Amino acid sequence: MKKKLAPFIEWGTLLFCTGTVCFFLVVILWDIVSKGASSLSWGFVSTPPANGMTQGGILPAITGTVLLTLITALVATPFGISCAIYLNEYASDNWSARLVRAAIRNLAGVPSVIYGLFGLSLFVQAMHMGTSMVAAGCTLGLLSLPYIITTTEEALRRIPASTREAALAIGATQFESIRDVVLPAALPGILTGIVLTLSRAAGETAPILFTGVAFYINSPSGGLNQEFMALPYHLYMLSTQHQAIEQVRPLAYGTALVLLIVVFLLNLAAFYIRYKHSKK
Amino acid sequence: MNSEHIKLAARNVDLWFGAKHVLKQVNAAFPQNEVTALIGPSGCGKSTLLRSFNRMHDLVPDVRIEGKLLLEEQDLYDKKASVTQLRKRIGMVFQKPNPFPKSIYENITYGLKINGVPAGQHKEIVERSLKESFIWDEVKDDLDKPAMRLSGGQQQRLCIARTVALRPEVILMDEPCSALDPLSTLKIEELIIKLKEEYTIVIVTHNMQQAQRVADKTYFLYLGEVIENGPTASIFNDPKQQLTKNYVTGHFG
Ligand SMILES: Nc1ncnc2c1ncn2[C@@H]1O[C@H](COP(=O)(O)OP(=O)(O)O)[C@@H](O)[C@H]1O
Ligand SMILES: [Mg+2]
Repeated sequence: MKKKLAPFIEWGTLLFCTGTVCFFLVVILWDIVSKGASSLSWGFVSTPPANGMTQGGILPAITGTVLLTLITALVATPFGISCAIYLNEYASDNWSARLVRAAIRNLAGVPSVIYGLFGLSLFVQAMHMGTSMVAAGCTLGLLSLPYIITTTEEALRRIPASTREAALAIGATQFESIRDVVLPAALPGILTGIVLTLSRAAGETAPILFTGVAFYINSPSGGLNQEFMALPYHLYMLSTQHQAIEQVRPLAYGTALVLLIVVFLLNLAAFYIRYKHSKK
Repeated sequence: MNSEHIKLAARNVDLWFGAKHVLKQVNAAFPQNEVTALIGPSGCGKSTLLRSFNRMHDLVPDVRIEGKLLLEEQDLYDKKASVTQLRKRIGMVFQKPNPFPKSIYENITYGLKINGVPAGQHKEIVERSLKESFIWDEVKDDLDKPAMRLSGGQQQRLCIARTVALRPEVILMDEPCSALDPLSTLKIEELIIKLKEEYTIVIVTHNMQQAQRVADKTYFLYLGEVIENGPTASIFNDPKQQLTKNYVTGHFG
């Protein structure tokens, strides 16, 4: 009797937990979509705010976030991939490599507000970038590095030694074998890691708070050396700092919905990359 | 018998992985245009010996090799020798087929590219090496298809084609059929016998029948030592050592 019941209890527990998680996910999504959909319109995403944020759209925040994410990618991707290649392919597995790896893993756990402070003192002040798009992009780039390094290393590690040996055995140098065989094979995993990391970075508020984000700017997304608007911060301001919170609530939900869509599109891109490569 | 030309040789080779002594005073000589089989129980060092000829241990930390490994008269571990040049002369086919995750065509041309073969010759070499490897008829219409879609046996023949495309002098094969079905195995064996007209072949195999079918000479290794070697027929039918006898009659291994 007990033996027969056990599978049902195990199965039931798992199902219950999965169901609970899905329930909250759906509630959150529903909450944002239902309250935000009404403010979503072509005008909302194509015009700047008006009348002290109580009207108009969020165009500068969208372009700000998109540009910022691009800069983050430009900063974090080359360094992250190079670092991962070095750690996984070249560094011997000794205590110093392990120390570096542990340090990187710990960096991933550092609260993002601390990156903000660090970016403020390094990029904004010491390197004289001022509070600007580049300073914020560099800060987010730093924040993304440990994730990109870790996921890239993971992707490289999944490529079997026999693939590397195949290239070496026909006279490729180690560098050629990595560039021509290992990296292309690991690319789907690497890209997935990058895109997921970027979609996290796009939603960060704390690191850009000290380094360049502004509540409101007049000119729609100025130069890289100027302050900018961004979706997550805009959302934060609308929902907590505005003088007419109740009035702008629909706009806040609309902003949240747009941010979700941006992140969702990035995730969709990651999914597409994996799908395309799984067919090869 | 005395006139045979020794292509590849190991002289008093010792090899350690860390503190583990894997090859012990190994002496071997592989004659040109012959197939030599390395047999012995798992873990006796067959792969290790084979891989020391094309310096596949170079990237393994704390490996130590003593003694001499020679291609013709050239010391393979000479500090001045270019390891990539060397690997072009000594090709290798692995246990598990490992085509590149590229198209069939690119699997062959990649080696040509990195070895500086002019692009004008690629097409012709692709066709020739695929024909040499008995796979041309099966893939000639699908050269742009990913190599990973081929069957295991086809992949292995593609790997052989990739190797012969570079016109090596020696081909090392590490249990090339162990992951294949009997029919593919037969095809590869035919291929090996054909290839020895042009190349010197050293093959590791677990399969006694296979050794007898393809090999002219056989080396029997046990715990990192060469116990006995000679013409394949005499190793199998008239072994001098008790260990060899036990192994070839299937009493252990
Ligand atoms: N990279 C390595 N590091 C440490 N030990 C190894 C390594 N490669 C092989 N060995 C050891 O060397 C011995 C011989 O292995 P191998 O040559 O693969 O045997 P086989 O005759 O089955 O091909 C085994 O005991 C194996 O565990
Ligand atoms: Mg082996």
